[in-house]
Amino acid sequence: MRGYVLARLAQSLLVVLLSLTAVFGMMHLGGDPVLLFLPQDIQAKDVEEFRQRLGFNDPLLVQYGRFMAGALRGDFGQSLRYREDALGLVLGRLPATLLLAGTAIVLTLVVAVPVGVLTAVRRDTAVDHVGSIAAVLGQATPGFWLGLMLIYVFAVQLRWLPTGGMGTVRHLVMPAVVLAAFYAARVARLTRSATLDVLNEEFIKTARAKGLAESRVIAKHTLRNSAIPIVTLAGLEAGQLLGGAVVTETIFAWPGLGRLTVQALVNRDFPVVLAAVSFTSIVYTTMNLFVDLAYGWLDPRVRVRAS
Amino acid sequence: MKKYLGVALTLAALVAALAAPWLTAHDPLRADFAAGLKPPGTPGHPLGTDQLGRDLLTRVLHGARLALFIGGCTVLVTALVGGLLGLVAGFVERWPSAVIMRIADVQLSFPFILLALTINVIVGLGLRNIILSLSAAGWVVYARVVRGEVLSVKQRDFVHAAAALGVGRTRLLFRHVLPNVAPSIIVVASLQFSQFIVAEAAISFLGFGVQPPTPAWGSMLSESRDFMYVAWWLGAFPGAALALTALGVNLLGDWLRDTLDPKLRV
Repeated sequence: MRGYVLARLAQSLLVVLLSLTAVFGMMHLGGDPVLLFLPQDIQAKDVEEFRQRLGFNDPLLVQYGRFMAGALRGDFGQSLRYREDALGLVLGRLPATLLLAGTAIVLTLVVAVPVGVLTAVRRDTAVDHVGSIAAVLGQATPGFWLGLMLIYVFAVQLRWLPTGGMGTVRHLVMPAVVLAAFYAARVARLTRSATLDVLNEEFIKTARAKGLAESRVIAKHTLRNSAIPIVTLAGLEAGQLLGGAVVTETIFAWPGLGRLTVQALVNRDFPVVLAAVSFTSIVYTTMNLFVDLAYGWLDPRVRVRAS
Repeated sequence: MKKYLGVALTLAALVAALAAPWLTAHDPLRADFAAGLKPPGTPGHPLGTDQLGRDLLTRVLHGARLALFIGGCTVLVTALVGGLLGLVAGFVERWPSAVIMRIADVQLSFPFILLALTINVIVGLGLRNIILSLSAAGWVVYARVVRGEVLSVKQRDFVHAAAALGVGRTRLLFRHVLPNVAPSIIVVASLQFSQFIVAEAAISFLGFGVQPPTPAWGSMLSESRDFMYVAWWLGAFPGAALALTALGVNLLGDWLRDTLDPKLRV
């Protein structure tokens, strides 16, 4: 187990370093990186001065070393718009995103996993068809359209919920539902197929042949075994919530990381963009690491194969 | 059921895209201020008109053009690049495999939409750059799936037999291995297609993709937000077109997977 943990840890560290390198590479995609870091009120004649001051005249390797050294210390420079530490701004928005994503995950687990199990157990019945259709629809419906339609029905027409912003529980309802919808649809389908796999196993037949009650067969013998793929894939998918938050937060004016990133892109505030992208990537890599470690812990075969 | 619905919806989107100019008499760009914000069912405007009096049905149909064009191009680029890298990574193993798979890990550590958005803003807006940024974010899935398939296909007896007969490595790869991983590439492509369409719409919705007045579903949805209190149809129909297209392609992909490659998990 220890070898497995160390190997995965080293691999994740490598991915983080390479991701930061990729972010550095992204700065140069447009050709002239200095254009990304100019204050908004600059005049053409001052561009050269800024290029010199920001160090974009140095050899690429020196620039790279400086960027990586800064990034590893959490220093992505100052926001061009707010004149504050870029990473500080990003971290300041984190609690809002965590609240939203956390609520979405809870919603998903409470709704999607039971639906997945139920549709698998009642395979090819009306319950299965309705549940599966709902899951397919949920997966195909773009979150931002669902968001707009929810706003139209529940905020504009019925006036039950606020159109956006953050504050009370009522503000949280629509963004969390929208963020959870796609994710929940995926998890429900996964749960269904994982449960079906286990239901075909010999030990389920044995459990039934022993005369165990069906509820017990499902709860103890099936769920425990289907939990591994569900937990893993749900964990991996949870990372995608960070991407989903970009769109959802923008629609509902939710003051989180995603909205900050979009606003920074609109304002061409690249220190904040780079800080947000790097931070997201590191969080995602860390989450994957934890999921993998949990997987190795749950299923001994994984760590044997890995080492 | 899945098959028929998937085929029907996909075909409908295709027909809309190809025949848009012949299906309606209106110009998607020409404004007619006197006829602005007419509700659905108005004579001559079955889905109503937008704030500039442009026929909504026409714009939705023309939106299908753009969506399918961008989705199609992106799928082609990603299938080619990702498929090729996956073939190489699976076939050559050793360092090319390690390098390609590490790049894939790095790529996957950025949420798809965030990566595409950022690249798009840095390289500049425009149709070509949307396709490129979506491709840059989307090739990984092919590379991973194809690599896995190649690893298992090349252990099969007919590959060993061909190699023993003296077939060269390149020929082995393209004549004997590739045809056997092609079904997975097709399945991944169909499942990715809808993701690309939705991602393009999301990017345009956020204002970094196709710019108004070009009729793209995403930017139409974005504009509809200003008229939410007076004209629900501006948001409802482009979004429904997008969702139904995505649904159709998804169902088609599911069905393809069930028939061609049931074990594949994407």
